Amino acid sequence: MPIEMSSRRSRITDEEINELISKLQSLLPESRRRSTSRASASKLLKETCSYIRSLHREVDDLSDRLSDLMSTMDSNSPQAEIIRSILRS
Amino acid sequence: MESKSYTTGSRDNANRNLEGSKTLMASHFLRALFRIQQTSTTRSSFAGRRRRIRRAAYASMAYSAGTRRAWSRALLRKLRSRARLRFPRRLSRAARPQRGDTDQAQVLRKLVPGGPGMDYCKLLEETADYIRCLTTQVRLMQTVMDSISS
Repeated sequence: MPIEMSSRRSRITDEEINELISKLQSLLPESRRRSTSRASASKLLKETCSYIRSLHREVDDLSDRLSDLMSTMDSNSPQAEIIRSILRS
Repeated sequence: MESKSYTTGSRDNANRNLEGSKTLMASHFLRALFRIQQTSTTRSSFAGRRRRIRRAAYASMAYSAGTRRAWSRALLRKLRSRARLRFPRRLSRAARPQRGDTDQAQVLRKLVPGGPGMDYCKLLEETADYIRCLTTQVRLMQTVMDSISS
């Protein structure tokens, strides 16, 4: 454990860090949470990184699919009208 | 589109803030999508459409959180400078890892916007908020997809 960590900890308690880490754990989806139930902070951070990466990939994937879908839409389609009505409300 | 499925559950002030930002996110993203749809009719702009949609996704995330969060401020700066949105970030030479960092904290810093400038505690806080926002954006995009394809 790096020495600098302990001097930092005197300002921010271990408790606070643990609380923040368990909050991150609660944000993980069920499937990822099970593998980290008794995990160290390091394992949990690893799982969190993996989760963020998968979310980034989902945004990429959905952007791709939305782009494809939009090519089937024209401004007079019923879908466009749905979007227009949502924006108006 | 059933907005109920997307913005349910208001219990207290914190949740009310979340509801407000969800609405902001949705309207920003939808407007952007509409603009993109109107302006990407030629074949040349077709290729850029996916990139624009992705950018709109991160923009609506950033605008919904506004300047309240370090990650959203960092993201807004990136968007305004028209820099390429790349995750994980390639850290510039100036952004050295913080002292006392674990390996995983360093990895996390590259994934969360504004990560390199944060101390460990702040990084954990910002990560939680960033994840919440990301999952909301993903759900929004899925909802839009379902509405369009139905």
